[in-house]
Amino acid sequence: MLSEDSDRVLVERLHRGDKAACAECVERHSPGVYRVALRLTGNEAEAEDVVQETFLSAFKAIDRFEGRSGLATWLYRIAHNAALMRLRRVRPDQVSVDDEEVLGEGLPVPTQLHDWCCLPERDFESSEARAEMERAIKALPEKLRAVFVMRELEGLSTEETAEALDVSIDVVKVRLHRARLQLRERLSAYFTELARAEA
Amino acid sequence: MATARCQHLLENMPNYLDGAVSAELCAEIERHLDGCADCRVVVDTLRQTISLYHELPQPELSPEARLRLYKSLDLSEFLTSK
Repeated sequence: MLSEDSDRVLVERLHRGDKAACAECVERHSPGVYRVALRLTGNEAEAEDVVQETFLSAFKAIDRFEGRSGLATWLYRIAHNAALMRLRRVRPDQVSVDDEEVLGEGLPVPTQLHDWCCLPERDFESSEARAEMERAIKALPEKLRAVFVMRELEGLSTEETAEALDVSIDVVKVRLHRARLQLRERLSAYFTELARAEA
Repeated sequence: MATARCQHLLENMPNYLDGAVSAELCAEIERHLDGCADCRVVVDTLRQTISLYHELPQPELSPEARLRLYKSLDLSEFLTSK
């Protein structure tokens, strides 16, 4: 991610209606916005639409961007909202089921207790293992997935993730912990079977 | 993962994995891990899970999608080849 300073200059140019600055903003931030959109929607065409909507909305609302958060964080926030609207339209049953957000309370107890860390490296690097990881991420509940994608895959800080998703820092921490535990659980089932097949 | 100590570890695991627990709590957790095979497996496989998802390839907009994006934003004149 480029420095906040260069984004600050870019925002000043965007405020002046500089079209070249719009292009620079797209060039700089569309890769990240696309990755977030794709992980949230799970669909390339939907993700492409979310990216378009994000930049259209951002350029329209740039006068309201006060720079309290970074430009990337603000764009991720718009992209998240756009993706959520689409998910609600397509799969209303899969969005926004409120869950326990107090750290430690109601945490899922790990059930997969086989140690698969000693598998050969090739098993972790296989395309099948990567596909299983992608499926596991896709299977995360929407709220956990949004935190996971921004914090762990896009490298936003806990504070930036909270800002992008309009939740508290504690909620980010709890959701990230739950997401990691769920991914571990699912991967453990996959790698345990693999380890048993190779034994 | 059945005892109160296991539950205590589960709650503190994020900070433990991030190295953000006090030396005292860290020592307490490690003493527990030395004697609890289940918790040791969970910590080790969680670390491995984190390392694996950090190695995932990054998806990219296709050149055609990038073209459509610039066009939809009326920015085609700024499109450069990548």
